[in-house]
Amino acid sequence: MSEKLLEIKDLHVVYETDEATVYAVNGLDLVVNKGETLGLVGETGAGKTTTALSIMKLLPDRIGLIKNGRIQFEEHDITKLSEADMRLVRGNSMSMIFQDPMTSLNPVLTIGYQIYEVLELHNNKMSKAQISAKVDEILKLVGLPPERKNEYPHQFSGGMKQRVVIAIALACEPKLLLADEPTTALDVTIQAQVLELMKGLKDKFNMAMILITHDLGVVAQTCDKVAIMYAGEIIELGSVKDIFESADHHPYTVGLFGSIPDMTKKTRRLNPIEGLMPDPTNLPKGCVFHARCPKCMEICKTKKPQSVTKNDHMIRCHLFKYA
Amino acid sequence: MSEHVINLKSSVKKRSQLKAIFHKFKKNKLAMFGFVILVILIIIVSTAGLYLDYEADVETQDMKAMFLGPSWDHPFGTDQFGRDMFARIIYGGRISLFVGLFTISIALTLGSLIGATAGYYGGKIDNIIMRIMDVFLAIPATIIAIAIVASLGTGLINILIALSISRTPQFARVVRSAILSVKEQDFIEAARACGTKDRRIILRHIIPNAIGPIIVQATLSMATTILVVAGLSFIGLGIQPPTPEWGTMLADGKSQMRYYPYLVVVPGIAIVLAVLSLNLIGDGLRDALDPRLKN
Amino acid sequence: MSVPLIQTKNLKKYFKTPKGNLHAVDGVNISIKEGQTLGVVGESGCGKSTLGRAILRLIEPTDGEVLFNGHNIVQYDDKKMLEMRKQMQIIFQDPFSSLNPRMTVSQIIAEPIKVCKTIKNSREIDNKVFDLMETVGLAERFVNTYPHELDGGRRQRIGIARALALDPKFIVCDEPVSALDVSIQAQILNLMMDLQESMGFTYMFITHDLSVVKHISDEIAVMYLGQCVETAPSDELFQNPVHPYTKALLAAIPTLDFRDNKKEKQIIKGEVVSPINPKPGCRFAQRCPMAQNVCTEENIELKEVVPKHFVACRLL
Repeated sequence: MSEKLLEIKDLHVVYETDEATVYAVNGLDLVVNKGETLGLVGETGAGKTTTALSIMKLLPDRIGLIKNGRIQFEEHDITKLSEADMRLVRGNSMSMIFQDPMTSLNPVLTIGYQIYEVLELHNNKMSKAQISAKVDEILKLVGLPPERKNEYPHQFSGGMKQRVVIAIALACEPKLLLADEPTTALDVTIQAQVLELMKGLKDKFNMAMILITHDLGVVAQTCDKVAIMYAGEIIELGSVKDIFESADHHPYTVGLFGSIPDMTKKTRRLNPIEGLMPDPTNLPKGCVFHARCPKCMEICKTKKPQSVTKNDHMIRCHLFKYA
Repeated sequence: MSEHVINLKSSVKKRSQLKAIFHKFKKNKLAMFGFVILVILIIIVSTAGLYLDYEADVETQDMKAMFLGPSWDHPFGTDQFGRDMFARIIYGGRISLFVGLFTISIALTLGSLIGATAGYYGGKIDNIIMRIMDVFLAIPATIIAIAIVASLGTGLINILIALSISRTPQFARVVRSAILSVKEQDFIEAARACGTKDRRIILRHIIPNAIGPIIVQATLSMATTILVVAGLSFIGLGIQPPTPEWGTMLADGKSQMRYYPYLVVVPGIAIVLAVLSLNLIGDGLRDALDPRLKN
Repeated sequence: MSVPLIQTKNLKKYFKTPKGNLHAVDGVNISIKEGQTLGVVGESGCGKSTLGRAILRLIEPTDGEVLFNGHNIVQYDDKKMLEMRKQMQIIFQDPFSSLNPRMTVSQIIAEPIKVCKTIKNSREIDNKVFDLMETVGLAERFVNTYPHELDGGRRQRIGIARALALDPKFIVCDEPVSALDVSIQAQILNLMMDLQESMGFTYMFITHDLSVVKHISDEIAVMYLGQCVETAPSDELFQNPVHPYTKALLAAIPTLDFRDNKKEKQIIKGEVVSPINPKPGCRFAQRCPMAQNVCTEENIELKEVVPKHFVACRLL
């Protein structure tokens, strides 16, 4: 079995605002091995981004709180690291790519400098010339001509900006990359280019990746493992094969697949999940999905389902009872 | 704006928009504090006729009662002509608040019209109007007011004209930028898609969404106007004695400040209270008027 | 053959920019039959939204004709256009900015009726509002709420109800589901298809999402840099794409088949540029893997390759 890189145990994250407490992540368990790509799938408000921010320890100050749980990254428990120690981990052994390439670059610094800055911060032994050479190398790696390093972000198109963002994230060759909807803002042809690039780089650096997305197609094309999130919980987890081919699924997963128009078949109507996500300030008793579930039973309304695992395929639903 | 309310059989109550705004406003303690102070000020000032006699209390000089300190008969003492400071502060307040309110209404109407035209139509019209406004903005409002008063002569009417003109460009700017930010939104296009006329788009869709910054600007601007009136009077270009006005009273009291500090402290506090309460209200309204900020 | 409900002839919209004329829509000919859906696909900046707005005359076309039931509405004066507007409406992408935040749900839906004075009695307007809300699946209790109190899916339903308020024949749907989550997206798509079935609407469905467009459209037009490069019935286009750009677009969709991901894929290089003072010839030539010298020599017209399947490519 491959080596564990990141292990999350029973993570609970809340946002405490003046009006209410938002239960964003509720008892999340997750393992990411070295060199593996995990797809984190779910709708808006499922807690995907909150999970990523907790791993990076970038939850909003005083509002976002980790209530319980452990995030073991290599030898550290991230929940216990001080901000100063965390800064050494961030950017160096793990980094994050955000959805919007337009706002995650500083508009008044050249892209070359922004890459240079990250390298300088984490490599105090390298000389200036060495760092500059490294910047050129990284730019070439993400498919940008190094001659353009003295240009500013607004001179690049959306897809190229996302390449710059990737270059910054990968500058220190992190072991774990958190990509939060990295291609959602891009056009399909550009999305295909960027995904291809990320796959290539991931293999090159033997890096693990958590890819947050709502697009099951992107997951099928890039991930090894898939976790499906709903209302702050992982309700199904397994290999791509388990998720895309197995006969057993959580009803929510079935609903997600029913919602996407199938390119290969002509169906007149889609089969969406009726209703809406539960209010995260006031989660229902029992299974979080029961109000929308077409297969809801009496027990679902009162008792929280335990996770059931068969050959590493985990489902959290009362419908399944493996030995 | 007409309120279109549909009554339901079910238990859904319609909170009127005004009520909702006031509800949110009430939650802001500082703003409520400002609001209470302003209301008290307005009540005291507007009912002054009931308990004070303008001739006797405010203008008649009494050399036997000069520089009396605060006492039961004269809560704020008397000035160098033996006039009751309390009565003068209250009648002075009438002028300050009136001038503030009047100039703001004129400047707001004028500025909104100019700004809305410039913002909505854009292009050349916008350019010409806003460059003219820029010229006005380049000169401090006080200086414009001084210039106008100096050329037209002192007097209440001239001060009103001067202040209204000098305030207008600020409103034009605020209204224009508010309109620019709303104009590009899809719901304006949706309104145009069903053939809504420009007038209705501006009045029903744009202004209500731009009203927040405009009202805030109005309250804050009223505060500065009170200051400018006081300033003008202080340097002798504003309200002329014996009419009481807070700025004039400050000016009169300054020579005796070292011996009778209450002569400047009392009008000073009056100005501070009025300005502060307006500022607090302005801030509170800005938050309360934004329907996207939940209470 | 009957006259199509909507037809454009050589429709053009140029925007003046400091660098020159931006040819956002450049000589587009499309036609939509009554009761059908034309899907318009393309990447951002290809002019698909501009095309939709030019057809509705929300922006004035630079040149060309828009025929509604055979009448050129570009020449209509304001008064005649006002009558026309009742028959053609638009649904927007962004469910946040497309609804006036100061108005309640009922005010928003009633606004077009009040503006066009199609119903004058206020009780009847209320009834119409309730009917519309029921049609689009909005519970009655939301009637006096403000849009910001609702989620994206419900907001989009308000936008649809507003578009239906004047009983239009033709609706331009500008990426109506792109901002929504998949499960909500499916609910809205179902709603729109049901409405079309029951009321016979004609849609022009603008999107960048090919799986959505395949699902909802009868015919599809593929746009690239202001021009229409291929039009065909939906199934035909997906089974037999001819234009290299259409092929590239289809290849770029991440499919649900995870076994694909080991395969080497054909991914086109380069990015969309903006069509400012474009040179003659095929606009895709720069990125086209099959481009030859002839491609950039002169403008290329749409040619019928199979009945009803038109392609603008020199290499045919």
